[in-house]
Amino acid sequence: MKILVCVSNVPDTTTKITFTENNTLFNTTGVQFIINPYDELSLTRGLELTEKLGGTVTTITVGLADTEASIRKALAIGATDAVRINAVPTDAYFVAEQIAAYAKDQNFDLIFTGRESIDYNGGQVCGLLAEMLGLPSVNVITSIEIDVNTATMERDIDGGRETVSANLPLVVSAQKELTEPRIPNMRGIMAARTKPLKVVEPTASELTSAAVSFELPAPKGSVKLISVEDAGTLIGILHNEAKII
Amino acid sequence: MNILVFAEQIDGSFKKSAFEAVSYASQIAQAHNGTVTAVVPGNVSDDKLAELAKFGANKIVSIKHDNLNGFNAETYAKVICKTASAEGSSIVVISNTYSGKSVAPRVAARLKAGIASGVITMPNTTDGFVVRRGVFSGKAFADVNLTTAIKVLAITPNTFNTLENAQAVNLVNEEAGLADADFTTKSIEVSRVTGKIPLTEAEIVISGGRGLKGPENWHLVEDLADALGAATACSKPVSDMHWRPHSEHVGQTGITIKPNLYIAIGISGAIQHLAGVSSSKVIVAINKDAEAPFFKAADYGIVGDAFEIMPKIIEAAKAFKAG
Repeated sequence: MKILVCVSNVPDTTTKITFTENNTLFNTTGVQFIINPYDELSLTRGLELTEKLGGTVTTITVGLADTEASIRKALAIGATDAVRINAVPTDAYFVAEQIAAYAKDQNFDLIFTGRESIDYNGGQVCGLLAEMLGLPSVNVITSIEIDVNTATMERDIDGGRETVSANLPLVVSAQKELTEPRIPNMRGIMAARTKPLKVVEPTASELTSAAVSFELPAPKGSVKLISVEDAGTLIGILHNEAKII
Repeated sequence: MNILVFAEQIDGSFKKSAFEAVSYASQIAQAHNGTVTAVVPGNVSDDKLAELAKFGANKIVSIKHDNLNGFNAETYAKVICKTASAEGSSIVVISNTYSGKSVAPRVAARLKAGIASGVITMPNTTDGFVVRRGVFSGKAFADVNLTTAIKVLAITPNTFNTLENAQAVNLVNEEAGLADADFTTKSIEVSRVTGKIPLTEAEIVISGGRGLKGPENWHLVEDLADALGAATACSKPVSDMHWRPHSEHVGQTGITIKPNLYIAIGISGAIQHLAGVSSSKVIVAINKDAEAPFFKAADYGIVGDAFEIMPKIIEAAKAFKAG
């Protein structure tokens, strides 16, 4: 089977977020970038499936050349080959359009995205891409098994879980429990250097949204401490002072 | 101007999030002299449908079809877009629940509409069409301008109030216009946690971390949650060690929540954890380490042994509940 995994290049989870250019641009100075954690789960699950069923796992990233460290890491983890669309990922709509333009005549059986990227948190690429390709989509899956041409998945729903099935081809988005991420070994890292990384120029796309400015949350006032002896008074304080219960 | 709201039914009823979405749309309509249409895929009784008029829906389009009773992103997107076209809607409002997150981008792609998800403000139309949303997993906000003719807004649940603004009930039944082949995903089994409050909808959340030393001590979290009518949550290490299910993990790579009250017991408050909970209105941190970063993010704090502190709080909460 032919699997496509969408890989986003995001700031490490420990990054202290700041902005430049009068709060219009994310300040990348000194920021360590990583594969979006949900995309890493997608990649691993894709590899597990092809190890069992045969096939290839291609990764696709919309980004400039500075994303190639993350792409090489995906190849080191085990992806067969990689595609980079040479453009700044301005918003989810643009990213989905670019991936759709590449994927539309490639006959992928299964396309993975992450539940969301941990930088812009839209969680939109799965649905946008599926609609643009005219394929079904299943979001936030925590498991996926393939039997010939049918995928059976569990997914999170509001207040519970659902088991669903769908025929391939299909677009899915990975939720946390999908699998455990793999750490690349030395052989994988060596092999990644020579694996194919194709750079594709973007197709024309119309702007649908633009972030005009960013803002950091206002700092909290200082904490009000309650002594251990008076711990029971917390409930009264929450009721009378904070008026929250 | 027409504003279309997708009002999700679950087992034939609406959740608060559906009323929040109608109220949100109604406020935009009032500011811009527009009308609100609510579209409801799946079988819902007329009485239940009429509830949407109470929150400002001028028209309620009911699309009854047995196969639409369960959520399905592809077919839901089709019927929502069909209604949007028929109504000439220029804004589509969807609550950003799991279902909303699945369907909203499909609707946007079908309508070639700009989309903002996780929206936490009303649109500001003084210069373009700008809404605010959380980014960097709660560590910052972005003001996003949607530049397309049609806009899709996926609004964050538990952020906007439900506002009564009763309209005359105008109920219309429409055909789904779907063939069996349109239902490409099939639901095999649905299991909803019953008797427990879903984390994302909870107004109060009690959360435990490694400081509780083991799953056998979780009664301290659960007893307080019971007394306050709260949902329970946990930190990442706790779910990684399988003390608690992954579905309870809040934080950057878990669930992002914004309850009115978040009580963190034995959680140090790593940046990744704070990212998922920092939008809570009031935060209480209980930790034996006075240097724990959580105390910098909390409104109230108790420095000490959770095993000594919690019984006192639980006792007080039970007394409070008893009135």
